[in-house]
Amino acid sequence: MLSINQNKCDLCGKCIETCPFGAMDIIEGRVVINEACKMCRICLKTCPGKAIVATDGIREKANINNWKGILVFAEQLEGQIHPVTLELIGKSKELASKMNHPVTCIFIGHKIKEKAEGLLEYGLDKVFVYDHKEFEYYRGDIYTNAFEHCITRSKPSIVLVGATSVGRSLAPRVATRFRTGLTADCTTLDVKENSDLIQIRPAFGGNIMAQIVTEHSRPQFATVRYKVMEKAQKEINLPVSILSEMQDKLEFCSLPKNKMKSSIEVLNVIPKEKELSISEAEVIVAGGRGIRDKKDLAMLEELAQLLGGQTAVTRPLVEAGWAPYTKQIGLSGRTVRPRLIITCGISGAVQFTSCMNSAQCIIAINKNKNAPIFKTAHYGIVGDLYEIVPLLCGMIRKGRIMDAV
Amino acid sequence: MKILVCIKQVPGTNKVEVDEQTGALKRDGVDSKLNPYDLYAIETALRIREKTGGSVTALTMGPLQAEAVIREAYMMGVDEGFLISDKKFAGADVLATSYTLFMGIKTIGEFDIVVCGKQTTDGDTGQVGPALAEYLGIPHISWVKGIKEVDHNGVVVEQDMTESSMIVRMQWPCLITVDKDIIQPRLPSYRKKLATKNKVVNILTLKDFVDQNANNYGLLGSATKVESIFPPQANKDQIILEGSGEQLTKQLYAILEKERALR
Repeated sequence: MLSINQNKCDLCGKCIETCPFGAMDIIEGRVVINEACKMCRICLKTCPGKAIVATDGIREKANINNWKGILVFAEQLEGQIHPVTLELIGKSKELASKMNHPVTCIFIGHKIKEKAEGLLEYGLDKVFVYDHKEFEYYRGDIYTNAFEHCITRSKPSIVLVGATSVGRSLAPRVATRFRTGLTADCTTLDVKENSDLIQIRPAFGGNIMAQIVTEHSRPQFATVRYKVMEKAQKEINLPVSILSEMQDKLEFCSLPKNKMKSSIEVLNVIPKEKELSISEAEVIVAGGRGIRDKKDLAMLEELAQLLGGQTAVTRPLVEAGWAPYTKQIGLSGRTVRPRLIITCGISGAVQFTSCMNSAQCIIAINKNKNAPIFKTAHYGIVGDLYEIVPLLCGMIRKGRIMDAV
Repeated sequence: MKILVCIKQVPGTNKVEVDEQTGALKRDGVDSKLNPYDLYAIETALRIREKTGGSVTALTMGPLQAEAVIREAYMMGVDEGFLISDKKFAGADVLATSYTLFMGIKTIGEFDIVVCGKQTTDGDTGQVGPALAEYLGIPHISWVKGIKEVDHNGVVVEQDMTESSMIVRMQWPCLITVDKDIIQPRLPSYRKKLATKNKVVNILTLKDFVDQNANNYGLLGSATKVESIFPPQANKDQIILEGSGEQLTKQLYAILEKERALR
């Protein structure tokens, strides 16, 4: 909590001016902080008289030395391992090598032994396998029980979960069971020497990144979106003969009967029509608020087709009903990591850029020279998309004809 | 049937930026609105009430101005509203927020179903719903995009799993977080606005809770801590081009050629 040393405060009002949340006021000759305070601590830095002080949390500190290793949630859907799992393993191995910690996986499903063996090829220290008919489909309550069982016996310092439909539903439940911290959608992860996980994510709904730590509690939970981290490489190719030696790295776990009773009954699973997801696209042409009308998206569609890619949009366009949610790049949509992305009329809020800035080549077209997107882009084109995009399409088409002749 | 809907007031714009020179935040208006996803949560709660009877209670947490979102819920037809507001709750992370909501619910009473929006547009985490369900000790389903059946025993919902949809049944009591487009939310009605003008918004503070230990709320009760904030990193090697449309297009074409984007 923040408190104000009224003796030092000279009512200069700087804090009121800079507070982004309007949480400070002068009432009856005193600066007061109200409930809108988000503890961003900006006022601490701006107060010339250093009159504002933060009283830090006095949570009971977990003995962090009792917690060791990084546990990755290996997600499967209908027996297929979600590729985000490999990205989490890749990051975990990098972090673990800095602290000399083991990397392990928890794997929940039905008839998954073979897939579990496959995970060992990535050089894991252990895979905890919860293989049971009841685990065939994701059910939050009993998956949480399995996760709890695994954490209680292996005491990991860090738990990483993919920010997928399953992960984002499961992780908060498990983290809450352990009364510990969870940071969603981390874009950068690192560790301190004392095993504190440095978690960086966009914050406060603004164009700001925040560095977040869970310093007093263990384990430290973080979710990471698909396509943000680099994939792990296979370290061993498993011939059947070595596999038997590695069997001790697979630990088959089971839960008591009462922990296997779910209040959720899966009646049916309807596969979605396999549409080409923007997460998988190599080339993306993305439109934002600079697009004036729904029909103008056709222009971007044409450019995307000429480049062999797909179109995507930002949140305002989805909210306007111009494009489906599946086409949305951003924190409330998808993350993409294409070879090339051309953003058209996108100003570049951090909720958007944090979900596309690992693209290999970013070209931004925007009329406003000061748009934040130009800080993210490799190539910034300060111009009118309504002029440039049609001209470019024409040029590409013409180029093709020339090549053909 | 007792139905609870959890809602939140969020900033009207997301144009909060860091001044790179001073490190101070620049804000562009502090107007606020009801989290857009919560409109769908309110609508879902009202539709459940239409089927089963009973009442819908709205719950929010925030500064006193957040009363506005309860008023908005009243205009849509919600029966009763509570605002949890106390300076001691400021700076709460997911763990402390969900605990505070849990304590608020314990004060208000028992519910058969809790409905939340799938996430907020300011925090964007989507974690408070499931965390609240854990505190309440009830099952939850996230990303609900359709309610198939509702009766006095429970609910059948369609859950969006990205690659597929899952149809699942849950018994009461339970919690769901609903996706946009689950159902078109009704507009706040002017008649209801007039009729509910004097309707009370109940305020809950720490004094009303069973657990009155301030260390369990707000910043003190939070497990995560923001160490620093900074503007997003700028890309170092970049080329910014300005000129006429035609020039720019030619340059862009050359870039695409160089990046081997032209097939």
